[in-house]
Amino acid sequence: MPERERYELLEKPAYHFETERRDVLKLFAGGGLLVLIPHSAAAQESGRARGAWRGEPLPDAVEAWLHIGPDGRVTAFTGKVEVGQNSRTALTQAVAEELRVAPGQVEMVMGDTARTPFDMGTFGSRTTPTMAPRMRAAGVAARQALIELAAQHWGVNPATLEAADGCVRDPKSGRSAAYGELTHGKAITRTIGKEQVSRPRSESVPKVNARDIVTGAHRYPSDIMRPGMLYGKVLRPRAWDADLVSVDVSAAPKTGGATIVRDGKFVGAAAPSVSAAARALASVKADWNTPAGPSNSEVFDYFKRNPAGPAEDAVRSGDVASAWQQAAHTVEGHYTVAYIAHVPLEPRAAVAEWTPNGLTVWTGTQRPFGVREELAGAFGLDVKKVHVLMPDCGSGYGGKHTGECAIEAARLAKATNRPVKVVWTREEEFRFAYLRPAGLIEVRGATSSDGKLLAWEFHNYNSGPSGLATPYEIPHQLIAFHPTRSPLRQGSYRGLAATANHFVRESHIDDIAAASGVDPLEFRLRNLKEPRVRAVLEQATERFGWGREKSGPGRGFGLACGMEKGSFVANCVEIAIDPGSGKVRVRRVSTAFECGAIVNPDHLKNQVEGAVMMGIGGALFEAIEFEGSRITNPALSRYRVPRFADLPELSTVLVNRRDLDSAGAGETPIVTIAPAIRNAILAATGKGLRALPLAPAGLSGANRPA
Amino acid sequence: MKLRVNGKDVSAQDPDRSVLEFLRDDLGLTGTKYGCGEGQCGACTVLVDRSPVRSCITPLGAVADREITTIEGLESDGQLHPVQQAFLDAGAMQCGYCTAGMILSCVSLLDRHPHPGEEEARRALNGNVCRCGAYPRILQALRSVSTGGRHA
Ligand code: FES
Ligand code: FES
Repeated sequence: MPERERYELLEKPAYHFETERRDVLKLFAGGGLLVLIPHSAAAQESGRARGAWRGEPLPDAVEAWLHIGPDGRVTAFTGKVEVGQNSRTALTQAVAEELRVAPGQVEMVMGDTARTPFDMGTFGSRTTPTMAPRMRAAGVAARQALIELAAQHWGVNPATLEAADGCVRDPKSGRSAAYGELTHGKAITRTIGKEQVSRPRSESVPKVNARDIVTGAHRYPSDIMRPGMLYGKVLRPRAWDADLVSVDVSAAPKTGGATIVRDGKFVGAAAPSVSAAARALASVKADWNTPAGPSNSEVFDYFKRNPAGPAEDAVRSGDVASAWQQAAHTVEGHYTVAYIAHVPLEPRAAVAEWTPNGLTVWTGTQRPFGVREELAGAFGLDVKKVHVLMPDCGSGYGGKHTGECAIEAARLAKATNRPVKVVWTREEEFRFAYLRPAGLIEVRGATSSDGKLLAWEFHNYNSGPSGLATPYEIPHQLIAFHPTRSPLRQGSYRGLAATANHFVRESHIDDIAAASGVDPLEFRLRNLKEPRVRAVLEQATERFGWGREKSGPGRGFGLACGMEKGSFVANCVEIAIDPGSGKVRVRRVSTAFECGAIVNPDHLKNQVEGAVMMGIGGALFEAIEFEGSRITNPALSRYRVPRFADLPELSTVLVNRRDLDSAGAGETPIVTIAPAIRNAILAATGKGLRALPLAPAGLSGANRPA
Repeated sequence: MKLRVNGKDVSAQDPDRSVLEFLRDDLGLTGTKYGCGEGQCGACTVLVDRSPVRSCITPLGAVADREITTIEGLESDGQLHPVQQAFLDAGAMQCGYCTAGMILSCVSLLDRHPHPGEEEARRALNGNVCRCGAYPRILQALRSVSTGGRHA
């Protein structure tokens, strides 16, 4: 089981409903239906304890993972899901390579709780290091079984046969049999053992379902339609944790066929169209109690004053306390990182349908099995009665681990006895989904007189413990994570806190290098032993032409490097500062990335460049603004994400270590772009910024070029 | 009221309803996507008489008697439109949720300017968000059509 990281799947289900229904149904004159259920606070509370982590061992029967049809077509099954990271293609490649068939012969069934083996979820860059080897092992076992079948059939020694192009061949006699002829569609009953799997072939197989995407044929979760389906909307407060005090539905429209459903704190409407559901909800009067809390400018103080548990030491080595006395240069800093939103272009969406056998839900989630459990918990069902399907969705970035939208659709569907679709609006997605945690990080670092790092003390409040450990050789270290309360709902985000921790570490390394009067690259190489970090740093700087030009007012060069989840990254960046507005523009980025043996070079490049692009947003301008738990910029017009105008010239070096196992690549390429940009601003202005985002409204006057 | 969608006559009732809701929910043309509902992301882009329009903020009343083209209407006789083909060739997507809006925005840009410069292309597409950050490949796809080549 992958190690559990804080903020990975932290959030619990938002709802729990009574299992014994006491629905009071009232028919309006116009056909509208009102369902009233007395609120049960206890039930609501107990629901919050459910849906936590649960593991199941991976099945070791080949038939759980692979099936070969009579026509030779291969169906493969995985609980992982496709959220844009191209896992569907990567896993297809894994199966196709081991089974020796063309990728087009393989259909990958993903994230379907009725058909695929249990999976905890698609997060933590685990698909490549854990699922791909599993699919490969199943492929090898199936191939072996097919060879043995043919050998039996022909009465020859299996060792003399080979598999290629979907057939088993006997090179001696020239005989060959297609897989489909060997199995006749029957399951391959064999146990996966310690199969010798091959390294990926590093082939740029195109995205397997790309054609359906360019034609608009692919059905994303929000595109699913069911016969007789209604559209649902949920009554929302303005703050995610506001408490419903009273509600009055007496003004509900008598026409339009809307059903208003109230169950405890849940109030929603289902109607034949989204606009009719919205109109019905607009007629509902509700009072909410919103707890007071800090604003975005006060939250960092708040973190320090509101611990949520004891500090967790990540590293404690040497004797930090006495090391400061021997230091040649000591640099201290307080850094802050704002809450940011994932903004998956497709918001949360779900279609729920009750059948005599239970509940079926199509929804966009990175944890279909987790959502199944949330649904079972919310409705008091056995998980076997709940079927969750996850059509490839409009991205996630760690933001779609929870099942609240699925529960809402299911609640409305239950009340109306019709399939119901709920698609969150962008505003709902901003206000009620969870965010990347904000954080306060205090750091102190020192060098000895030989220019080497001597001591390092690092305290992260709230942001998270991922990527806390430094790759640098430092004899005295104290690194700790301090869990705190959060006024906003927070959870996983691509790279988790590795982005915050790299931002601070790599910014601070530049400040220390500057204090010691050493070039930032030279300083890093002097203090880094890890060869894989050194390699990406050298590759990125070489590609970039580091040191060829000097930073000056209005133009700066910066770099940063790091490692996380078994992969390694370095960025070099050139920025330009507009003299008038102080706006920072990233002009050029060179990235070197290494994640072991590359599965699909083209898709890897796409991921790396996408992560750099996304990282530019969090680095320069993305920030959630809030008053207490109420978000005040919940719209794309008020929350800026990277656009074409922000696209720098990108050059990317992929280091292919075919001698090493493959690690995941969806997250790590995002972790060093922010400090590289920050260090480029430092180089241009002499000013070391210590807050993310760095320049949402441009640099202040003093830091603009004359 | 009447309008034409992908070459077919259709009729609609409520002039205040958004074109996006009508296309997706009434006509089942779900290739057109919702991303923001305020004209900021371009996921809902359709062509109205060949000009790009944000269908999320366009009421049906505004497109009466006009010709609407959605992503489903670009293919002809099973042949992909050159821009669709270029997106395929360039692998210009990750999750693909922005793709329909991107393709239609590119189609209309090329319609107006068959050979847009880099800056012009960026400006024309700046209202289309790709949160996955596939921007370099989208520009590459556009470039491959505008220069007539098919190289990835
Ligand atoms: S959904 Fe219309 S512009 Fe975003
Ligand atoms: S490919 Fe995901 S939003 Fe563009």
